[in-house]
Amino acid sequence: MPSKPYFNPYLAGIGLGLVLLAAFLISGRGLGASGAIMRTVVQAEKAVAPGHVDANPYLSAYGGGDRNPWDEWLVLETLGVLVGGLLSGAFGKRIRREINHGPRITPRQRLGYALVGGALFGYGARLARGCTSGVALTGGATLAVGSWATMLAIFAGAYGLAYFMRRLWI
Amino acid sequence: MFPLVDTLGFGTPTDYVLAFLLGIGFGFFLESAGFGNANKLAMQFYFRDLSVFKVMFTAIVTAMTGLVVLSSAGLLDSSLLYLNPTFLWPGIVGGLIMGAGFIIGGYCPGTALVGVVTGKIDAMMSVVGGMLGMALFSETYGIPAIARFYALETEGLTGTITLPEWLGVRPGLVAAAVLAVAVAGFWGSEWAESYHARKTAQA
Repeated sequence: MPSKPYFNPYLAGIGLGLVLLAAFLISGRGLGASGAIMRTVVQAEKAVAPGHVDANPYLSAYGGGDRNPWDEWLVLETLGVLVGGLLSGAFGKRIRREINHGPRITPRQRLGYALVGGALFGYGARLARGCTSGVALTGGATLAVGSWATMLAIFAGAYGLAYFMRRLWI
Repeated sequence: MFPLVDTLGFGTPTDYVLAFLLGIGFGFFLESAGFGNANKLAMQFYFRDLSVFKVMFTAIVTAMTGLVVLSSAGLLDSSLLYLNPTFLWPGIVGGLIMGAGFIIGGYCPGTALVGVVTGKIDAMMSVVGGMLGMALFSETYGIPAIARFYALETEGLTGTITLPEWLGVRPGLVAAAVLAVAVAGFWGSEWAESYHARKTAQA
C-alpha cells in the first residue's frame, strides 16, 4: 500500500502554530517533548534506585520523596503526541517497521549513530532546559531571548557539522 | 479572557485532559509534515529539503501573531503565560550540543517520538540514546563546575526577558521583523530546493 504524500510544509506549520497558540490560550503554556522523556528517566531510576533519586538534586527536583515524576502537564501532552503521530501515520499509510538511513551507511551503522546523536541531543536539552519543541518552538513564539539564542545554536551546531557528517546522509 | 485555565479556573484533571488533546494535535502535524522520517529531517542541513525551517517558522509566526494580536486587543493576559527563562550561555552550549546530536542522530526528541509510533527503529534508538544522555546529565550535574555553568546567568539577560524588552521596542515591531525574516527564509528555501532539483535533473 503506497504512502500518502506529506502535508504541504506551510499548511503543516500553520496547523502546528494553531495548536501551539491553543496551548497558550487554554493552559497558559507551550508545547514540549524532552521534559516528558526526562520524567520517564526519573521514573525508571526511581523504580530501580529510589534512594539515588532522592540523593541527586537534579533528579529529586523531578521525583524526590513521594513526588510522582509523571504528574505533570507535559507528560500528558507528550502521550498525546504519541497518539497524534500514530493517527497521522495511519491516515497517511506510513506505519511500517523500517530503518531510515543514508545511501552510504548500513542500517546497523545508522542505529549506532541514532543512539549517539540521541544521547548528545538529550544531554544538550537538559543543559539548555529544553529541546526544539519546548525551547526553540515555544520560546520562539513568545520571543524569549534565551530561546532564540538556543534555536540559533541548534541550527549552527547542525549546519557546522553537516559537512563532516555528509557520509551519513547523502 | 485568555488563558482559559486562569479565567475559567478549571482544575488539574481538566488541564491534563486538554494537554493530552493538544498533544494529539502536535503529534499529528509533526508526523503529517514528514518529521517522523530522519532522512527528510537531515536534508534540512544539506539545503535539499527545507521543511524543518518552513514548518517551524510558519508555526512560530502563526502562534506569535496570535499572541501579539490577542494580547494587544486585551483578550490575553500575557503576564499569566509561562515564559522560558533565559540562561544565555548554558542555552547556547546546550543548543550547539543538540545541533551536533541532530546531524548525527537525525532526530530531535519530539520528531523521534512520532518516528517511534510509526515504526522507525532508528527513532527508537534515538529515544533510548536521549534517555541515556539525560541520565548522564543528571549524574554530571554533581560536578560543581557543571552545576555552576548550568546556573550561570548573563547580566542584563536574565529571567523571562523577551526580545522586545531587551531591545526596548514594542512586541509588534519584533513580530514584524520575525515575519520578514521568515518570509525571506521561505523564499530562500524555495530557491535552494529548486536549485538542487535542477542540478539533480541534469546529473
